[in-house]
Amino acid sequence: MNNLFVYLEIEDGKVQDVSLELLTKGRSLANQLKCQVEAVAVGTKLDKIGAQVFPYGVDVLHTFDDARLTPYTSLPHTAVLVKLFGEEKPQIALMGATNIGRDLGPRVSSALFSGLTADCTALEIGDHEEKKEGKTYTNLLYQIRPAFGGNIVATIVNPENRPQMATVREGVMKKEILDANYKGKTVAHDVKQYVSDTDFVVSVIERHIEASKVNIKGAPIIVAGGYGLGSKENFQLLHDLANTIGAEVGASRAAVDAGYAEHERQIGQTGITVRPKLYIACGISGQIQHIAGMQESSMIIAINNDPNAPINTIADYVITGDVEVVVPKMVKFYKKNSK
Amino acid sequence: MGFKIIVLAKQVPDTRNVGKDAMKEDGTVNRAALPAIFNPEDLLALEQALRLKERYAGTTVTLLTMGPPRAEEIVREGLFRGADGGYLLTDRAFAGADTLATSYALSTAIKKIGKFDIILSGRQAIDGDTAQVGPQVAEKLGIPQITYAANVVSAEGGEITVVRRLEGGVEVAKGKLPMLITVSDAAPECRPRNAKLVLRHKKGTAATEWSAADVDADPQQCGLSGSPTKVKAIESVVFQAKESKTLDSSDQAIEELIVELITNHTIG
Repeated sequence: MNNLFVYLEIEDGKVQDVSLELLTKGRSLANQLKCQVEAVAVGTKLDKIGAQVFPYGVDVLHTFDDARLTPYTSLPHTAVLVKLFGEEKPQIALMGATNIGRDLGPRVSSALFSGLTADCTALEIGDHEEKKEGKTYTNLLYQIRPAFGGNIVATIVNPENRPQMATVREGVMKKEILDANYKGKTVAHDVKQYVSDTDFVVSVIERHIEASKVNIKGAPIIVAGGYGLGSKENFQLLHDLANTIGAEVGASRAAVDAGYAEHERQIGQTGITVRPKLYIACGISGQIQHIAGMQESSMIIAINNDPNAPINTIADYVITGDVEVVVPKMVKFYKKNSK
Repeated sequence: MGFKIIVLAKQVPDTRNVGKDAMKEDGTVNRAALPAIFNPEDLLALEQALRLKERYAGTTVTLLTMGPPRAEEIVREGLFRGADGGYLLTDRAFAGADTLATSYALSTAIKKIGKFDIILSGRQAIDGDTAQVGPQVAEKLGIPQITYAANVVSAEGGEITVVRRLEGGVEVAKGKLPMLITVSDAAPECRPRNAKLVLRHKKGTAATEWSAADVDADPQQCGLSGSPTKVKAIESVVFQAKESKTLDSSDQAIEELIVELITNHTIG
C-alpha cells in the first residue's frame, strides 16, 4: 500500500523509453520514501513486460491483459487505473507526458479528485507547510515545472489528495538499469473486474504509427535552428552541416510553429530534452522554454547576429554573424580539415 | 437535424510574444504587459465546429469561456466568425482554480446549458500547456473523449469520426455521441472574421454572464478550495551563465574553431 506507481506505455510489446525513465526516477524517489515501486501494464500479450521492467527496480508488476486494450483508448485504461488506484492507494502515480499520458492522466485525476501536474521537469521529495491552516506535511512530491511559456518555474504540491500525480516528457529523466537480476513479482488481474463493455465506446479504425526516424534524443551532436533562420530553405543549410559532421537537426518551438521544421525535431520544454556533447544553436534567441531542453549539452556553440541574444549567456562559443554565412563556412572548413 | 455543439475557449496572455517587461522584478508575471488573445488551439476547435455547422443543417455553435469580464471578447470573436452565441462564466469564486476546479466549473455550466452532442476545445492553452481541462471536463460529464484531433471527418448515425495526429503517426478514431474532442495544432487554421458579422456583433452584449450561483456550482469545489494542487513556490528562471568565447564570422575564426573541435574529438 501507499507505493509509487508508474503507468507503462507499451508499443508492439515494447515498454517505451519514457516509462523506463520514470521507473528509474520512481525507484530513487521510492528509496527516499522507503516504499516500493509498482508498474501497471494494460494491453495484450504482456508476458515479456516483466523482463523489461524488473531490472529498473520494479517490485510489483500489475498486468491487465485483454486484446481490446490495445491500441490504447481513454475509457478502458482509465477504468483500470481508477479502480486499481482505489484498491492500492498509491501515494504517487507517474506517467509519460505523451499523447497517451496526457489523455489518460487528466481523466484519472478527475475521477479520483487527485491533483495532476503536467510536464514536470524535476521531481523531488520534500516537506510543505500550509501556513493558513497551520499544517505541516512531510515527504510530499515536489512537482516542478516551467509555466507561463517557460518564464517561471513553479513547484506544485498536492498536500491532501492521493495519489500525487505527475506527467513527465520523454528524455527529461535519465534511464538507468538498477540491477539486471532484480526480482519483482507479477500480479495478473481479471480485466472484467475492472473494465465494463460500455467502456469500449471509442474504437480505433485506422492506425499508422511509426517509430520516429528522427533520433534527436540519442544524437551526440545537434544542429538546431530557430525562427531567426527566416525560411525553410535556410533550414536546409543546417541539414547540410548536420550531414557533413554526422549530426541530427533540431529546432526551436518558434521555428516549428513557423513551419521551418517538423514537430518531432522540437527541442525544449514542450518538445524533447537533449544532452548532446555538442549543440550548435543557429538563429536561436534562447527563450527559456528552449534553453530548458538543451542547457545540459556538454558544449554549446551559438550562432546569432544579435550579440545580446539570451542564448549567448549559456554558450561556450558565441559566433556573431549571419547563419547563412557561418554555417556554409563550417561545412567548408570541416571538409577541408577532416580526413 | 443538426448537432448542438459547445466550444470551450479561453482568453490567454500571449506568452509567445513575451517581451522584456513581461516579468516583474520580483519574478512574477506582469500580466498587464501581455496582450490577451483567443487561445490559438481553441480557435482551431471553433473552426471544426463551424465546419460541422456548415455541413449539417440545424447545427448550433455555442461558446463557453471562463475568466474576468473582459473574456467576453472571446465570445464576441466567436460571433464574428459564425458562432450562434455564448456564455461567460465569471465569478471571484472561480479565482485561483487549478485544472480540476476549472473543469468542475465548466462542467456545471455545460449542465446548465443543457443538451449537447459535441464539445470541442483546444488541446491545451498556451499559458499553461497542461492539456488537462478537456479530458477532465469529459470525465466530470461522464462522456468519452477523443484528444489530439487534427480533423473531424464526419458525424453521422450518432457516431463521430476523428483523425488524430499523434507522435509518430496518425490514428482514426470513431465513437458514439455525445463526445468531447480536443483539437491539436495539426488542425486547419480558423477562418477570419466575417465583415457582416463584425458589423452585427461589434456592439452590445456578446455573452450571457453566469456566476457560480447561476450554474449551481458548489463553492467548495471551485477556485482555490476546489484545487488539489497548490503552488508551493514560483521562481523566475535564471540560468547559470558561462564564460563564453566570442568569435566573429571571418574565415580564420571559423576554421580555427572547426580545427579545435576536430582535434579534441568533439566532431569527426
